Amino acid sequence: MTSRSLNKKFDKILAREEAGQLSSKGGSRALKKLFNNRLAVVGILLFAIILLTAIFAPLITDADPLKIDLRNLSKPPTAEHWFGTDKTGRDILARVLYGGRVSILVGLGSGIISAIIGVLIGAYTGYKGGWPDIIALRVSELFMSFPQIILVLLLVSIIGQSLINLMIIFVLTGWGGMYRMTRARMLSLREEEYVQALRSFGLSTASICYKHILPNALGPIMVNITLSTAAFILAEAGLSFLGLGVPASIPTWGNILNVAQEIRVLQNFWWMWLPVGLVICLFVLSVNFIGDGLRDATDPSQQG
Amino acid sequence: MQDDQNPILTLRDVKTYFPVKAGIFKRTVAHVKAVDGVSLDIYRGEVLGLVGESGCGKTTLGKTILRLVEATDGDITYSSKNEKTNLAGLNNEEMLPFRKRLQIVFQDPHSSLNPAFTIFGSLQDPLKKYGIKSRKERRKIIGDLLESVNMRREYMDRYPHEFSGGQRQRIGIARALSVEPELIVCDEAVSALDVSIQAQVLQLLMKLKNERNLTYLFITHDLSVTEYICDRIAVMYLGRIVELCRAEELYSNTLHPYTEALLSAIPVADLDKQTKRIVLEGDVPSPVNPPSGCPFHPRCHKAIDVCKTQVPDLKSYNANGAEHFASCHLIDLPETT
Repeated sequence: MTSRSLNKKFDKILAREEAGQLSSKGGSRALKKLFNNRLAVVGILLFAIILLTAIFAPLITDADPLKIDLRNLSKPPTAEHWFGTDKTGRDILARVLYGGRVSILVGLGSGIISAIIGVLIGAYTGYKGGWPDIIALRVSELFMSFPQIILVLLLVSIIGQSLINLMIIFVLTGWGGMYRMTRARMLSLREEEYVQALRSFGLSTASICYKHILPNALGPIMVNITLSTAAFILAEAGLSFLGLGVPASIPTWGNILNVAQEIRVLQNFWWMWLPVGLVICLFVLSVNFIGDGLRDATDPSQQG
Repeated sequence: MQDDQNPILTLRDVKTYFPVKAGIFKRTVAHVKAVDGVSLDIYRGEVLGLVGESGCGKTTLGKTILRLVEATDGDITYSSKNEKTNLAGLNNEEMLPFRKRLQIVFQDPHSSLNPAFTIFGSLQDPLKKYGIKSRKERRKIIGDLLESVNMRREYMDRYPHEFSGGQRQRIGIARALSVEPELIVCDEAVSALDVSIQAQVLQLLMKLKNERNLTYLFITHDLSVTEYICDRIAVMYLGRIVELCRAEELYSNTLHPYTEALLSAIPVADLDKQTKRIVLEGDVPSPVNPPSGCPFHPRCHKAIDVCKTQVPDLKSYNANGAEHFASCHLIDLPETT
């Protein structure tokens, strides 16, 4: 191509840019980047499917997750019961769907609440330093040094098993990690010169640390929220599996898995644990994909 | 242009110490004396250069003036038309009106803009803070600012990573200008740029100074830059001012041996001109434990016995009709008071 035609081409591009045709029209840049990321889209789709089926469970199945049917004990999948029935004849599909409601609530709820607490405290004390920072650090160490399972046992024996108790315990033991990560990010970000510039304008501490610095720390925080959501779902499953989590009368993914403690069930009744295991696996995976996608999308220096 | 009778900022014996903590109980065992008794007048409309080696306290002094770092001791007096205010004693609330008058341009163009915001996003908050409520007006002001630093106004919707170093530095200047300050501390404002861009940014700074009646405190380690733009130059060594005079005077009639050594290190593009390099040995001594006597004596090629025991005061000498301050025992000129 001759240089003249190249020049012409560039002139055209320049003219279009000046006319504002090349700039994107509306919509958040981060969102657009998120939807360009294939894994993230897969994650979002999976997440949405599992979440929606859990929310709209009554539209998908007529079966009652609590109804015991003594004529249909431990039946393999049939046209009537797609995932089969468990040892007391309850429809497993219905239990997985309704159980998803509780499990997702516990996981996502504790993940988000502990993130909010951890980030609010970590961003402020990390930026401010001094004695608030020292106090927050010691308090978080105190909470993180408690073994989760002992706390659960304590609370269960004192006030009994309940969904709320479980979430409180997850938040109490979970906010520390989020706080420490936010604080560490703030410690390095507060030395940047743009922070000094904001201070030289006399902007308030809250505005500087929450509005201006925090968005730069958000990438790892997002990833951590998704990771801790996944971890909380697994922890709920684990605790319910042991019979310490959500009361056995409420179906959750963990409570459904509970039956797989028996070797007989593991060997002979695969439909009792495999579908729910797969759902947990897919949900945790989708949450992690979304986290990765969010991290890439919120980092403006990364082109994509 | 420069008004000798009318200082905008007067520093008297300003000290900024940072505690050194050690042990389990974080006791303060010593102090880093970053700025150790600086007295200085900055006159309205002048460009005052502040030069010195790395670690001599130039940047700390600049940040102390803006109260980004708290002064340990001393007075920082800001004078407007009819009142004088000691900035060192103000709390954050009282400091606000002065934050509008004193601004700073930073050294590193890569960390001086917030990567998470567009230019408009990071520049609009100070404007909001100082009472410009409508978004439309803020967009107009920021657009005008960008044009005044020779950039297109559409650039305000771009992110910092889309700009080159020189462009970012100009945005940094625009940000400092946004609240219409009177004094701008340029903290190594051109040091991170390559030479051709340096000249461009320096010219822009001078143009803005003339248009807007600004005063600059120009912190740099580059003596060829100060020669180009400064009216007066202060030379700093280990937290103190060792020499202060008009720029041309500093280059033609150097009094302090440290300044001599600095000037001899400027490369000259003339093969015939044989200059004698004065090579300073060693590093700047630690500001935790400054040497006794004149802080420069361990490296001074002229040092005599008295330098080791007595700290020289910053004295005023009359040279060619203007004041010339220097702190050295060896100056053989009549003092003025």
